[in-house]
Amino acid sequence: MDISKEKMVEMYTIMNRIRMFEMRVSELFAAGKIPGFVHLYAGEEAVATGVCSNLRISDFITSTHRGHGHLIAKGGDVKFMMAEVLGKRTGYCKGKGGSMHIADRDLGILGANGIVGAGPPLAAGAALACQYQDTDNVAVCFFGDGASNQGTTHEAMNLATCWKLPVVFVAENNMYGISSCTINSMCVPNIADRAGAYDMPGIVLDGNDVMAVYEAAGEAIKRARAGQGPSLIECKTYRHRGHFEGDPCVYRSKEELDEWKEKDPIPRFESKLLELGVLTPEKTKEIKGSIQAQIAEAESFGESSPYPDPSEITFDLYTEVAS
Amino acid sequence: MPAMTFAQALNDAHKIEMQRDPNIYVAGEDVGVYGGIFGVTSGLLEQFGAKRVKDTPITESAIIGTAVGAASCGLRPVVELMFIDFIGVSMDQLFNQAAKMKYMFGGKAKIPMVLRATCGAGIGAAAQHSQCLEAWFMHIPGLKVVMPSTPADAKGLLISSIRDDNPVVFLEHKILYALEGEVPSGEYTIPLGKAAIKREGKDLTIVATAQAVHTALSAAEQLAGEGISAEVLDPRTLNPLDEESILESVRKTHRVVIVHEAVKFAGPGAEIAALIAEKAFDRLDAPILRVAAPFVPVPFSPPLEKEFVPSVEKVVKAAKTVMES
Repeated sequence: MDISKEKMVEMYTIMNRIRMFEMRVSELFAAGKIPGFVHLYAGEEAVATGVCSNLRISDFITSTHRGHGHLIAKGGDVKFMMAEVLGKRTGYCKGKGGSMHIADRDLGILGANGIVGAGPPLAAGAALACQYQDTDNVAVCFFGDGASNQGTTHEAMNLATCWKLPVVFVAENNMYGISSCTINSMCVPNIADRAGAYDMPGIVLDGNDVMAVYEAAGEAIKRARAGQGPSLIECKTYRHRGHFEGDPCVYRSKEELDEWKEKDPIPRFESKLLELGVLTPEKTKEIKGSIQAQIAEAESFGESSPYPDPSEITFDLYTEVAS
Repeated sequence: MPAMTFAQALNDAHKIEMQRDPNIYVAGEDVGVYGGIFGVTSGLLEQFGAKRVKDTPITESAIIGTAVGAASCGLRPVVELMFIDFIGVSMDQLFNQAAKMKYMFGGKAKIPMVLRATCGAGIGAAAQHSQCLEAWFMHIPGLKVVMPSTPADAKGLLISSIRDDNPVVFLEHKILYALEGEVPSGEYTIPLGKAAIKREGKDLTIVATAQAVHTALSAAEQLAGEGISAEVLDPRTLNPLDEESILESVRKTHRVVIVHEAVKFAGPGAEIAALIAEKAFDRLDAPILRVAAPFVPVPFSPPLEKEFVPSVEKVVKAAKTVMES
């Protein structure tokens, strides 16, 4: 396929940035520095990276409770993300949102979301705005296997086809909604099998192969930009961590986890890039070192930032209008 | 000033605003070809076309959800939920998404949308097409809640709601659609959060909303015949609530009756009564009384439905009770 070396290196960099951010968040959570819940994206990096590498800053995404990867892939700054998960005033949401509610309208990130299945109608609405304003921008909706069974997801897909909206539904099938395995929660083997019901293309992919994701998402996004309507892409993947940090994972075996770690999207892509001569071992080390420094800087920015003042509790609820 | 019905006044507001701002679109079930089940969006499809006036499937979550998404990306949706009772299947998109986005994203979101819906009993529509649920929405930080009682207020408040940069729940009592009244022409606005004194009086204040305003006015007329001067105050907007106008009236009359069609328990009147108790307790000469629906779903059979809705007789009785204590 037609993909530049620069693009490949960029994707490799983004995947590593997501992984290192997540692993540091995991450590900070274990150290008691992060309040609330965190749901980590480690293991699923190829999906967000492959999809978002096709997007412009003016395109929109909706994300999920497991949103850090989507945000980084859409251009989110790890400094402001780290500050937000730490609950600091300098975070993306001034400490009002936390891990599950990071958003940045300027980057087209319409928000991580704590409600499973809330994103699809929002993404369809963003796509409606793109269509209404005669742009060729698109919206991408990331959602999980859990959300694939919610009514909102189906309502959004139906309306998206009825109105031929420029939206791409990206199902991240990591096989589990907390402990509930898709074997028990779905009556068809693939989420994308349902695409036929909404007269849209449905594609099933190896979600740990970033090049495959990039290519399939590229086709779907191209289709959406051309006014040909929505698509559903299902990426089969796996989360290396529990549903949330601290999850004892009693519902899956170590063998299963090990098997999926063998298919870890980052080493896989790295071998491929080494094989293609796009990267050298020295270069990979250099990239990783530079991301490591970036994450360390983000952490010290977050740690040294102030918490919001209690007086800020009532700020930013309503937009003032002079009518 | 031309006379028009409440429904026509709302229609007029839509047309004026849609002409002014191309980013406004209307969507909902039967809002286009049919013109809205109560006629509020009549003629909009013909005038503005299918891009701006969207008939939707029966898909309330997607109607509201797409509105929230579109509003966050620069459009100004005015969507119709045929009956407010249908909010049950789409509430997440309103209260967890639209209402919270600005706050939980640290101020960096703007959701300029209006959710219009009909509410209220009186036509035998029974338990799932007749409720007054304004207290639900009052309880959600981030929303504004508007409930007009006259054609002129309906127009002025709808235009202001459409121009507001926050999600607004705009509740239209179905009994009012045919009510006629004089309505200022052109771009007439009424600020959200400003109550109206619908009848001046000095002996007691009757705070009432929507259809209950007319019940209160009839009661006030009857009370006047018995030498009691009742002031009727319509908050018009329940959030923001015009606290000062309510307190000012109470400081003048020292007696209060609150009338609404939502059930009495934890209804909107509870908040208004608490406000008065907290801020004007020492100006009260009698306990605050509420005349509101009993704590039951809206019943179907005509005598039961009539019993459910606050009546003039009940308001008069409550007024006399506060006058006697």
